[in-house]
Amino acid sequence: MAVSLVVLFFISLFLGRYPLSPNEVIKILASKFIPLQQPWDATAEAVIWKVRVPRLTAALLVGSGLSISGASFQGLFRNALVSPHILGVAAGAGFGASVAILLLEDPFLVQLAAFVFGLLAVVVTFYISRVYKESNTLVLVLSGIIVGALFTALISLIKYVADPFDTLPAIVFWLMGSLASVSNKELSVVILPMSLGIIVLLLIRWKINILSMGEKEAKAMGVNTNRLMAVIIVCSTMITASAVCISGIIGWVGLVIPHFSRMIVGPDHKALLPASLLLGALYLLAIDDCARMLISTEIPLRILTAIVGAPFFAFLLRKSKVGWSRS
Amino acid sequence: MVEKLKVKSASFSYDGKINIFEKVSFSIESGDVLCILGPNGAGKSTLIMCMGHILNLTEGRVWLYGRDMAGLNHRQIAQKIGYIPQRHNPVFPYSVLDVVLMGRAAHLGRLSSPGRKDRDIAQKAIERVGIPHLIKKPYTEISGGEMQLVLIAMVLAQEPSILLLDEPTSHLDFGNQVRILNVITGLAEEGLSIIMSSHFPDHAFVTANKAAIMKQGESMLMGEPDVVITEETMRTTYGVDVKILSLDSDSHRKVCIPLH
Repeated sequence: MAVSLVVLFFISLFLGRYPLSPNEVIKILASKFIPLQQPWDATAEAVIWKVRVPRLTAALLVGSGLSISGASFQGLFRNALVSPHILGVAAGAGFGASVAILLLEDPFLVQLAAFVFGLLAVVVTFYISRVYKESNTLVLVLSGIIVGALFTALISLIKYVADPFDTLPAIVFWLMGSLASVSNKELSVVILPMSLGIIVLLLIRWKINILSMGEKEAKAMGVNTNRLMAVIIVCSTMITASAVCISGIIGWVGLVIPHFSRMIVGPDHKALLPASLLLGALYLLAIDDCARMLISTEIPLRILTAIVGAPFFAFLLRKSKVGWSRS
Repeated sequence: MVEKLKVKSASFSYDGKINIFEKVSFSIESGDVLCILGPNGAGKSTLIMCMGHILNLTEGRVWLYGRDMAGLNHRQIAQKIGYIPQRHNPVFPYSVLDVVLMGRAAHLGRLSSPGRKDRDIAQKAIERVGIPHLIKKPYTEISGGEMQLVLIAMVLAQEPSILLLDEPTSHLDFGNQVRILNVITGLAEEGLSIIMSSHFPDHAFVTANKAAIMKQGESMLMGEPDVVITEETMRTTYGVDVKILSLDSDSHRKVCIPLH
């Protein structure tokens, strides 16, 4: 899987509006490390380093990040229908971005607002769930649904008051997700929180098995369940909020890639998390290639992830063991 | 010598108003099997969860090997006490080996996962309960009796010296009930102390050297099974008439038979 990922990354580098041959791509990449003469023009170099490399890296990061948080959340909440957006990150981030598009227009502030409101939504979810004395994952999910519904309604409100010729389309496109505008600068901002979250989740991945047995069972096995839950939620939220702020809301990946992975490697989170990581990166890279290449204009990612993924998933469901209990 | 587990005037309340149980005191030593009887809602499960620190006592104290349990963390407790809840809802179809390996968590570092030694211990635990043929099977696709054995293997891999079993025989057929009880008796002979709850007085006669009867709002009655489980106490506890007989004249085995 890792090999196919590397191969696809290189193939993706020379796919695109601006035609580049594999030969040119390799030379341009190599010139960073060894001195080569410049037989190519500066535009080609700019396309590679300023447009395609950041965009593809973002696809890798967002795909792997959403998938690994999805897999962790499904284990934590003991539910295979859970996605990384369950605690309201996406709705919160969408609201933040919509408000910023409406009022501020500066793309950087839009991303910042998305990030901040994404985190805020999860914090609100968490505090609503604290109203009950017992920590209970079901209450947490319910609070997430409440917060999600509230922010979704607020997004609609913003859309309703937005200028239908100017800001409304911008909001709608933002919400549909795209990697088209990712620059090196933005990438350098999100890469740290995302990789940190991913690394921590990978380090504790075996413990997610224990948490998924149930809270009582996990406590009896000597696990500090509250702390472990908090770590998983913080990591996943950091990853998802960062992902949303550079790519907009991309659904489906974080829900379905863990399922694909479970079909391939089984339910053990020790294998499941690395598998989700690779498969998620591969999937979003491929989807983003389709988004760039299929028609002359960009297709929003949120549309493609589902249009390509849904039939494929339905097919797999018929074919193989699903990897969760039916009882 | 200090007791393995000592409980002194323990009370627990969910809402701070009504006590589920009140002023419960007892102690457990090596090889003890304590069987707790009592009607539904009497607080058997709650008491067992408090012993495992899954719930915290409202009042009273528990000492584990002479150390106050309130000062121990889950990990320290899990190294000494294994617990199987009354009902386990499986979600992901982990293999039997993966499930049993989870029992090793209390002995592993915060970021580590099980290694070769842990796998050996898990393997032994699986063999100990007699299900080596199931080792690779998803634990969601085996029978209820086998699943209970898997969970017992899991807590054995935890290498505790006290087992808390909340109705280990519920939902099991007659043969599996007896098989589980045999495993429990065997473990007690090896020196483990076991606290279990049950709905069957006979289970106490078969496995236990101590029996207790819980009833909401009343103090816990505890002692040798023959002394605690009498026709009188069964009538006051469950409201049914029973006859308690000796199985035969040689052994002390008793049986409890409902009359109506």
